[in-house]
Amino acid sequence: MTAETDTPTASSAAPAARAGRRLPAAMVAWFQAAPLALVLGAFLVLPIIMIVIVSFWGATEYSIYPAFQFDNYEFLFSSPVTYKVFFNTFKYALITWAATLLIGFTVAYFLAFHVRSLTWQIALFLLCTIPFWTSNIIRMISWIPFLGRNGIANSTLISWGVIDEPLEWLLFSDFSVILAFVHLYTLFMVVPIFNTMMRIDRSLIEASYDAGATGWQTLWHVIVPLTKPGIMIGTIFVITLVMGDFITVRFMSGSQSANVGRLISNDIGLLQYPSAAATAVVLLVTVLLVIGILLRFVDIRKEL
Amino acid sequence: MKSDLKLVNVTKRYGETVAVKSINHHFRSGSYACLLGPSGCGKSTTLRMIAGHESVSDGSIVLDGRDVSYLPPAKRGTAMMFQSYALFPHLSVADNVSFSLKMKGVDATKRRTRAMEMLELVDMAKLGDRLPAQLSGGQQQRVALARALITEPQVLLLDEPLSALDPFLRIRMRAELKKLQRETGITFIHVTHGQDEALALADEIVVMNNAVIEQAGPAREIFDAPRTAFVAKFIGAHNVIALPEGKVALRSDAIQLTDAQAAQLSGRITAIEYQGTHVALTAMVAGEQEVTVLLTDKEFFGAPKETGEAIGLAWDARSAHTLSA
Ligand SMILES: Nc1ncnc2c1ncn2[C@@H]1O[C@H](COP(=O)(O)OP(=O)(O)OP(=O)(O)O)[C@@H](O)[C@H]1O
Ligand SMILES: [Mg+2]
Repeated sequence: MTAETDTPTASSAAPAARAGRRLPAAMVAWFQAAPLALVLGAFLVLPIIMIVIVSFWGATEYSIYPAFQFDNYEFLFSSPVTYKVFFNTFKYALITWAATLLIGFTVAYFLAFHVRSLTWQIALFLLCTIPFWTSNIIRMISWIPFLGRNGIANSTLISWGVIDEPLEWLLFSDFSVILAFVHLYTLFMVVPIFNTMMRIDRSLIEASYDAGATGWQTLWHVIVPLTKPGIMIGTIFVITLVMGDFITVRFMSGSQSANVGRLISNDIGLLQYPSAAATAVVLLVTVLLVIGILLRFVDIRKEL
Repeated sequence: MKSDLKLVNVTKRYGETVAVKSINHHFRSGSYACLLGPSGCGKSTTLRMIAGHESVSDGSIVLDGRDVSYLPPAKRGTAMMFQSYALFPHLSVADNVSFSLKMKGVDATKRRTRAMEMLELVDMAKLGDRLPAQLSGGQQQRVALARALITEPQVLLLDEPLSALDPFLRIRMRAELKKLQRETGITFIHVTHGQDEALALADEIVVMNNAVIEQAGPAREIFDAPRTAFVAKFIGAHNVIALPEGKVALRSDAIQLTDAQAAQLSGRITAIEYQGTHVALTAMVAGEQEVTVLLTDKEFFGAPKETGEAIGLAWDARSAHTLSA
């Protein structure tokens, strides 16, 4: 027994001595992770902690004071406005998601499976990104002369005789808000879906046809399941972007509709920081819950 | 089940390039045929045209008396096994196998039973619930086979089915392919660029080169009597020698060493290679031609030779095949 235990000890002494001069492996890993951890800690985690802390503070009309009270949350959850605004936010997110998914999937499908040459694929793909060379606000505002009461859309429709009166709901309505969202965020759906589709082995599609599947069956039973991770990434992008937005809703609804983002921005405008912080915390938790639920459905890890 | 497959003037053009040039062939029902040829000669294209994954530019494909050239893949009575197996990564083994039944709307219990029968056939019934990623290459191949066979095809098309396997497994799987073909009686058309694979498996070998069929026939005929220099070289173990009466193909094991006077050709040994059961001598003969002579180890070591030694080569006139090209 003793002889057996002695030998390994003796032989392991040498590597131990060598390791002593270097850093232990665990330390090296910590150091490698440190820069990103510091950046995220300073610019993501700390601000969020601040917001959570401030959300318990109190406020008067002209000042805020440190405290630990649930007044902000109580007010938030007791006000019918909150529910209406959260409902609105979900409504925008859901409709925008459905529209961007439909358009994004179709565009990605066309690019990935119907455009044969790589050159054309790249060219058309770049074409999709051209609108993104200008800022969000400019793209949004450019809808206004188009959709307005005497805008291009209305005057064209009238001159074609499709309508007699200008359509009122084209601008400053839920329609225009969602239109702008779809315009702004469809690319966030196209890119990840296109990316996953390009990785689908083309022989799988032939195998599906070989097994007697029709085009639609192949789409539904082969392409959609294999594109799910891309769809999920796009969904997370779109949902978080729409739920966190306030500027699009303000411009495109002509300040007539509200979502949670606008609620927060109004509070900030009134210097009601604790109340804004509480709303922000509730929004953050809601978005995280939504993402958590989404991730239960699809494993996106193999995509990253 | 009758399933004669006839190719009539089948042509495939991609723009300017002709991938398959007006080929004609009759694959007999229930036979194991190998399409053999070098890379780029049009084997896959031919197979894919038969499967319906590539349209024919000209000519027709006739299966069991029926012109199938313009039918969709699943309506032809063919099934294809893809080179990379093309198993659906998101479906379990059993679901992969029963995919075609699902597309037809067969109910779930019936699908499961049929899939299990097919998996039984390829000895994979135990792994029915795994995903393809959890299988070894050989197991994936069996699943792909089961998936192709569940459609009850008249003709099974295999595009280099063994190339992704390691050499050991390749030899085992090819024995299983052959056995499966005998048991099912389905016509197999198997694309390969390995002549040993073709010789081991095929009832009939179709040698292709440059988009045309160079020679087709039973494996022994191809090996014993190649008609063109290309076939002789590609099938291996042959010398192509230009003699005064024309080019001939001569199996390297059909040449004997004699003394210089009695020889049909004489030359000098340039290399000696020991191969275990055989010894390969390479000799340089008149007209700067290299000839390989394969001697059994007994023959060689009974009368050993040295590099640089002058030797005479002789052969039976019947083993020299005059080549047409
Ligand atoms: N989609 C295509 N477009 C243009 N040319 C093609 C296409 N597919 C094949 N070819 C050409 O057709 C010829 C035959 O190709 P094929 O794939 O049938 O060769 P192969 O005999 O299967 O070769 P390998 O053993 O390398 O698989 C090649 O010259 C190839 O470049
Ligand atoms: Mg090929």
